[in-house]
Amino acid sequence: MTAIAERGHARPVAPPGVTMAAALNQALADALSEDETVLVFGEDVGALGGVFRITDGLAARFGDARVFDTPLAESGIVGTAIGMAMNGLRPVVEMQFDAFAYPAFEQIISHLAKFRNRTRGRVALPVVIRIPYGGGIGGVEHHCDSSEAYYAHTPGLRVVTPATPGDAYALLRQAIECPDPVIFLEPKRRYWSKQAVVLDHAGATLDQAVVRRPGSDVTLIAYGGTVGTALEAAEAAAEEGRSVEVIDLRSLSPFDDETVTASVRRTGRAIVVHEASRFCGYGAEVAARLSEQCFHYLEAPVLRVTGFDIPYPPPHLEEYHLPSVDRILDAVDRLQWQETRPAVKAGG
Amino acid sequence: MASVARDIPRGREPRELLPTGTPLRLLEADGQAVRHSDLDLPGDDVLLALHRKMVLARRFDTQATALTRQGRLAVYPSARGQEAGEVGAVLALRPQDWLFPTYRDSMAIVCRGVDPVEVLTLLRGDWHCGYDPYEFRVAPQCTPLATNTLHAVGVAHAARLKGEDTVAMVMLGDGATSEGDTHAALNFAAVWQAPVVFFVQNNGYAISVPLAKQSAAPSLAHKGVGYGVPAMLVDGNDAAAVYAVVQDAVAAAAQGRGPTLIEALTYRIEAHTNADDATRYRDQDEVDGWLARDPLARIRQHLLARGLLDEPAIAALDAEAEAEAAALRRRMNADRRHDPADLFRHVYAEPTPDLRGQQQELWAELAAAADDPEVSR
Repeated sequence: MTAIAERGHARPVAPPGVTMAAALNQALADALSEDETVLVFGEDVGALGGVFRITDGLAARFGDARVFDTPLAESGIVGTAIGMAMNGLRPVVEMQFDAFAYPAFEQIISHLAKFRNRTRGRVALPVVIRIPYGGGIGGVEHHCDSSEAYYAHTPGLRVVTPATPGDAYALLRQAIECPDPVIFLEPKRRYWSKQAVVLDHAGATLDQAVVRRPGSDVTLIAYGGTVGTALEAAEAAAEEGRSVEVIDLRSLSPFDDETVTASVRRTGRAIVVHEASRFCGYGAEVAARLSEQCFHYLEAPVLRVTGFDIPYPPPHLEEYHLPSVDRILDAVDRLQWQETRPAVKAGG
Repeated sequence: MASVARDIPRGREPRELLPTGTPLRLLEADGQAVRHSDLDLPGDDVLLALHRKMVLARRFDTQATALTRQGRLAVYPSARGQEAGEVGAVLALRPQDWLFPTYRDSMAIVCRGVDPVEVLTLLRGDWHCGYDPYEFRVAPQCTPLATNTLHAVGVAHAARLKGEDTVAMVMLGDGATSEGDTHAALNFAAVWQAPVVFFVQNNGYAISVPLAKQSAAPSLAHKGVGYGVPAMLVDGNDAAAVYAVVQDAVAAAAQGRGPTLIEALTYRIEAHTNADDATRYRDQDEVDGWLARDPLARIRQHLLARGLLDEPAIAALDAEAEAEAAALRRRMNADRRHDPADLFRHVYAEPTPDLRGQQQELWAELAAAADDPEVSR
């Protein structure tokens, strides 16, 4: 796999770039334009344009029959989206924040994920649930959860998370066209990151990881909000003579083994980076897969750089919790370099 | 079937949303027509159809319970005693309407026209839904209670957005009215004026928990006013009255006048399922009291008194029900082959690489077992 995407994420981008928020808005607008069965609804998505303004201007442009506010009940939003999809529509619903999606959990797990299976393929539910997730914005409690493992653990759901504006557009368009239900996790700390990119989803796929930065010594596996952090760490490591490859998973379920194992078999070392807590976190799945599929290629145990196993901390303490460049670099240093090689390879 | 229900005026004033103080009724317990009812008695053809379908439904229900004793059904939640609600509500739907049933509503689904064997596919343990929901517009039987109320609102609102003349009726029990999704669904339906009928069969118990421990509302129908949903309280053992109120609610929804909440007062004669022991939480006297208010006897006495039905017709109908039960027994006793490959089908539109790999793991396991004389013997 040679999908080496734009590498501009870690570099400052010239002003005429597009933010992730604008890219998501454009994706919704284009989907609404091209497919009259697409609906957008949720809390405050109408006149306000969403608390993060992702749906800004859509109600005015497409009318309140297609873009509308709902009563304040997340289970109601997902439950009615299921019924609308049964009746031929393609709902794209917004959960206002990660932790506020939990009231919808039963509808997502017991119905959205299972309807196709329990009806033997007769009822498909092409529903997209957009969820702003993760920390790094100084949010108060219940506004910063990384809830991806709950969804990724559930058969029948696809779980996708973009790290760049270009991917935000392409993946959301793909998600809306997908016949399976998609949990679309938006890293809210990257909403305002910019990228000079042409928004397009031709040829994009919903289930492929991408190498954001090629390297030869160690593979950093990240997604969503931590991709940028991993790229910064790779840049810093390069100055110390280590060549670090960064993979952006993009699809958490299904998992792209091909891209990840090809990289780790080449580098022999791997670190998974995510904001979510470590115990039973997504990194545990990645580490297990690498031990199953890359055991004889590994020079060191697969490490995890993650949030601690604590409830999400208050804003003034979150910097100690979130994976940082230094914490990633420390993990890189712990990958048993001395035991297997006489000296650190120069130049990377 | 001709339209029979009078158009009950409904407004937005709180008083107009409230149910009547006593349940709406068309037939007294002895089958006599009620003298002054707010409802119009359905036509003779409808009454005969209600009676016929109730006979067939009851025989289906007792056959299903018998199949649990023979190990052909994993479990069966009987609706015996609720035939008036199960049949009356479903016959009032039009072909283009949707039905959202629960696990206790097998009778209703059969009444809608679904093959009984397909209805029992869930309960015999073959697959989670044996029928095509689009064929008769019947959603899969819902086991997590009240979640289907929201699906019904979604289907109905989508129909309205698409300009379709479709009403969705969701069936739920007294216990399910305590769930949060019922609250959300009534609220969403009212705000959107979605064409939905909430048909609550209050059969007195949620497994073992009596209504008094479930709700302190004056009646479950009274809950409607808080959402701005007009509500009706009906005698759930009076098939004619159930038919009339549901038909009225369907007509109102179809005319763009939004949802209706109906509470049908009835009783679950059998235990929760064949696996339950109802003697632990209720007295036989209570059951006997409700057996004396049998919904099938009520409409039969009415039809006999009016000369619309006679004993030979009843005998012919019973024979028809026996033949259907025998056919159901025969088909349910046939052993079915189960394909392990079905496990991996329809999880996603296309199987993921992981699922393909796991299917190979299972194939290897089965092949090894077939080669192992200890296992294959």
